Amino acid sequence: MESGDTAWLLTSTALVILMTPALGFFYGGMVRSKNVLSTVAMCFVALAIVSVQWILLGYTLAFGEDINGIVGSLNFLGLKNVNMIDYSFVAFQMAFAAITLAIIISAMAERVKLSAFLLFGILWTTLVYDPLAHWVWGNGWLAKMGALDFAGGTVVHISSGFSALALALLVGRRTGYGEYSIEPHNIPMTLIGTALLWLGWFGFNAGSALKANEIACNAFIVTNTAAAMGALSWMFASWIRGKPGSLGLASGAVAGLVAITPAAGYVDPLSALVIGGVAGVLCYSAMLFRVKRGIDESLDAWAVHGVGGFWGAIATGIFASIAAKGLITGNGMQVVIQLAGALSALIYAFVMTLIIAKVVDLTVGLRVEEDEEYVGLDISQHGEVAYT
Amino acid sequence: MKKVEVITRPEKLDDIKKALESAGFTAMTVTEVRGRGEQKGIVLQFRGRTMEVDLLQKTKIEIVVEDGEVDRVIESVISSARTGRFGDGRIFVIPVERSVRIRTGEVEF
Repeated sequence: MESGDTAWLLTSTALVILMTPALGFFYGGMVRSKNVLSTVAMCFVALAIVSVQWILLGYTLAFGEDINGIVGSLNFLGLKNVNMIDYSFVAFQMAFAAITLAIIISAMAERVKLSAFLLFGILWTTLVYDPLAHWVWGNGWLAKMGALDFAGGTVVHISSGFSALALALLVGRRTGYGEYSIEPHNIPMTLIGTALLWLGWFGFNAGSALKANEIACNAFIVTNTAAAMGALSWMFASWIRGKPGSLGLASGAVAGLVAITPAAGYVDPLSALVIGGVAGVLCYSAMLFRVKRGIDESLDAWAVHGVGGFWGAIATGIFASIAAKGLITGNGMQVVIQLAGALSALIYAFVMTLIIAKVVDLTVGLRVEEDEEYVGLDISQHGEVAYT
Repeated sequence: MKKVEVITRPEKLDDIKKALESAGFTAMTVTEVRGRGEQKGIVLQFRGRTMEVDLLQKTKIEIVVEDGEVDRVIESVISSARTGRFGDGRIFVIPVERSVRIRTGEVEF
């Protein structure tokens, strides 16, 4: 690697690592004041456990020598046999693994034990994330099939979004959900989280070029374009139904960022306008659908990351024109490949999450006691109060 | 005139507001408070230890009405706020000497 590439990759890594606590603030503002510490802390815990698991086992399962396209071998166990210059790539990928687990916290908010999250997190990142990362980026079967996922639309967003849906169905609703209103306690905190996510996403997408080159420049501009369009389209869609809330603006920006993620290295800025614009409306509709069905996937990881990631995967197959061909450049087959990749990741993540969550429930138990939930997880899980 | 002071569960506020509104009472002052009743809050049981959460989040609703309307206010609150479990809260009725409207200086006794 050139020194400039290494510098950009290390910078990007730091930006992506920031995204996991940023997600904590994004989520933390949306819960009630009695659960804000627990929500933010869970995101930090996700970063911590994945950081440790990644250097010991995760990296080798994802990027070790290919075993039948399914998983990496143990040749990089504990980072042995890894060149020091490649640590930049190890760290960069670690940050992706961490935020993917953190996204799933959406379905655990305000009701799941910290101990259950620890166990779930270790199992999920090992059994779901690591193989998926191998399938797509580690010369696994999806890579061999020609599936395009520039920065993790499938590996990160589809997997976490649909895992969150599975978990929400298994864990059940928060006490009082649908009976009385459960309001976000601090929207400014969510907006700060959004700002930091938007910033970090430049590392996420432009860093995924792995070089400081024209592909990185393209990824940078399309990332910003899609975020802007997502924010505007969610805002306008919600305006039609009532007032354009700032929370919708923030959610729309994230939806746009999610959707452009798999496409960032393959599509031009004008396509990014469409990808982001569609994402805002589509994810907003998915959220309305979820609410109507009475599913308490509390912070909308499914609607924003799952649905947005799925759209992004398909959109990559439609709009790819840089370094790959999609439907608009005469390769309609790419859409089919993208669909197959997205669906296989979706099904694998969903089913595995149900199994893992069931195991956690039967061993340590997923939910806190009813009284603990009533008092709030800050006090019951951490012995702390956020605002005195 | 009397002031009816309700201290109850925060999650019941919407229901209470609706009930009071449909009974014809719209004016109110709402405050987020913390407090404890005779149960001294909630005791959480953990393996090998207990943890007492003595001050719980509550909502205080204050509403000033004519003497003859107090009972209707109380009924509306009870019907909308009762869960039957510890922590439903209390209602206090307090005499009010005077009420002055700032905008006009108009006084009610």
